[in-house]
Amino acid sequence: MKVLVTVSEVADVDDEFEIDGLEIDSRYLTYDLNEWDNYAVEEAVQLDEESEEEVEVVTATIGPERTEETIRQALAKGADRAIRVWDDSLADASVLDPITKATILAAVVEEEDPDLVLTGVQTGDYAFGATGVALASQIDYGWGAVVNYLDYEVGDDTAEVHRELEGGVEELAEIRLPAVLTIQTGINEPRYASLRGIRQAQSKPLDAHGLEDLGLSADELPLDLELTDLEVPEVESDVEFFEGGAEEEAAQLADLLRDKGVAS
Amino acid sequence: MAVLAVAEHRRGDLRDPSFEVLTAGRELADAAGTELHVVVTGGDVDAFAEDLNREGVDAIHTVDYGEEFNAEVAVQAVDQLAADGEFEHVVVPNTVNGLGSAPAIAQRLGRPIATDAIGVDVDEGLIITRELYGGKTEGTIAVDGPAAVVTVRPGEWPAAEGAGDAAIEAADVDIDEGAIGTTVTGFQEVGAGDVDITEAEVLVSVGRGIEEEENIVLIQALAEALDATVSASRPIVDNEWLPKDRQVGQSGKVVTPDVYIAIGISGAVQHVAGMKGSDTIVAINTDPSAPIYDIADFGIEDDLFDVVPALIEEFGGDVPDF
Ligand SMILES: Cc1cc2nc3c(=O)[nH]c(=O)nc-3n(C[C@H](O)[C@H](O)[C@H](O)COP(=O)(O)OP(=O)(O)OC[C@H]3O[C@@H](n4cnc5c(N)ncnc54)[C@H](O)[C@@H]3O)c2cc1C
Repeated sequence: MKVLVTVSEVADVDDEFEIDGLEIDSRYLTYDLNEWDNYAVEEAVQLDEESEEEVEVVTATIGPERTEETIRQALAKGADRAIRVWDDSLADASVLDPITKATILAAVVEEEDPDLVLTGVQTGDYAFGATGVALASQIDYGWGAVVNYLDYEVGDDTAEVHRELEGGVEELAEIRLPAVLTIQTGINEPRYASLRGIRQAQSKPLDAHGLEDLGLSADELPLDLELTDLEVPEVESDVEFFEGGAEEEAAQLADLLRDKGVAS
Repeated sequence: MAVLAVAEHRRGDLRDPSFEVLTAGRELADAAGTELHVVVTGGDVDAFAEDLNREGVDAIHTVDYGEEFNAEVAVQAVDQLAADGEFEHVVVPNTVNGLGSAPAIAQRLGRPIATDAIGVDVDEGLIITRELYGGKTEGTIAVDGPAAVVTVRPGEWPAAEGAGDAAIEAADVDIDEGAIGTTVTGFQEVGAGDVDITEAEVLVSVGRGIEEEENIVLIQALAEALDATVSASRPIVDNEWLPKDRQVGQSGKVVTPDVYIAIGISGAVQHVAGMKGSDTIVAINTDPSAPIYDIADFGIEDDLFDVVPALIEEFGGDVPDF
């Protein structure tokens, strides 16, 4: 069986930052493996480890060459091989929208024909939370969104999942394969890559594809969203900051808390 | 032409965002100069339709299929309703089930999707405002094309009220049962435990800023000194540093204490959903751009590892080793 895991690299913004036009100045960005995808990779690797059958775990990433460092993290955690898709024209887009990403990933699915696709619920930076479900629809797979428990016996027709809804309620569902599941944090305990894993990752296959290799062309991609403005939101609240060193700040907060009758 | 809003329900009740999406949908319909229609799939659709018939709604389409909201049924229904081009924008709540269906609706209809809008407008096409980078920035996004799918953030629009005079009709759609790959077998409540954080008057809430499991003792010591209860943001519970019954937020508990002290918590929308109703909110966070400060009443922009021990001492508590 084959599991395809989508892996994104996300930008984390420093405490202090500047906006340069429609982007955050790159000096204030740190790139890392998307938190939700980390759980998706772990889930796939565990599926492999817990099954007697052979499970191949393949990662798919839309991103420039820079992202290969992040992709190697997923390989170091146990994925078998990786696919990276990029076209320089994509760098010009202000936003890679979910339908465009789904279109590209669908072409990867076409090549790989996986039984199960795991994506993160969302990326930490743009947080559209839509690519996995759009992909499922595009490739005509079933799907389950926001999955925080997965019970699947390799070879079975259906997977048993819990979907995390709002308010501490989970939906229990059976989902027919092939399917796309969007994976929620907390579903497992993602491992840290071992030194051995990191070493092995260097020699695992990481194939870079252009759009044309997948039968796509940049002109045909939807790219229907355009960022036209980016700013720091005006804070509506009138938060009162306590100033001074930690002790002074704590003393002022203590006065406030005593005023409110705390610890009395 | 019309705007189509998608309603959502669970275990026999329409969910609050279903009424908010009517308000957002009406706003879009006004901006586009068109009607507002609503579709509700599954459950007691007649009773739901009656409830959704609020001011500003022009028509309600019901699809009587199954008990619970099923994303695939909703997708099929909207796909068929909108196939004739009658609907331009489709508006869906940005909820778990909304995000479980809207992207597939967009894909089926061959339309763009923009999610988690906190503002909507129509110019040549749809324009939305939304947060980016964990609420540190806000962006305006222009959606290309005459028709789009948009999900709207819960709590951003008021619920539609007042009696409407919408035309209610059973929609002429055919749900293909064979194409539905998901069977809902039940529901389960999680997070019941010994401590009920919703009853606490003072909550000391800890987030990822605490860095290590070993440091949680610091927060526990503070809670003890303040005679307060410990709660947490999601990563702390995901890491199993505290049990699930301590989680505040969209998928945890909704709390409304007199005082909520957020320590090393950024204030992501899913967290804020669970604590914004607190009387007094205090935030201790080194990041001045953290969105928690948008809703805090008092703040300390400093290192929690300095402030918390000092605060424990203020109340005569023992500062543990951390
Ligand atoms: C479907 C869904 C449901 C979710 N449900 C929930 C939910 O119920 N509850 C929930 O909380 N989240 C929920 N989330 C997750 C949410 O999006 C955020 O990821 C999460 O709330 C972040 O937790 P945090 O603020 O502790 O961590 P972070 O966002 O990482 O913030 C840590 C903060 O600590 C500060 N900090 C770091 N070091 C220090 C220091 N030394 N002193 C002071 N401050 C410091 C940083 O500046 C930062 O602001 C959900 C997400 C999804 C997609």
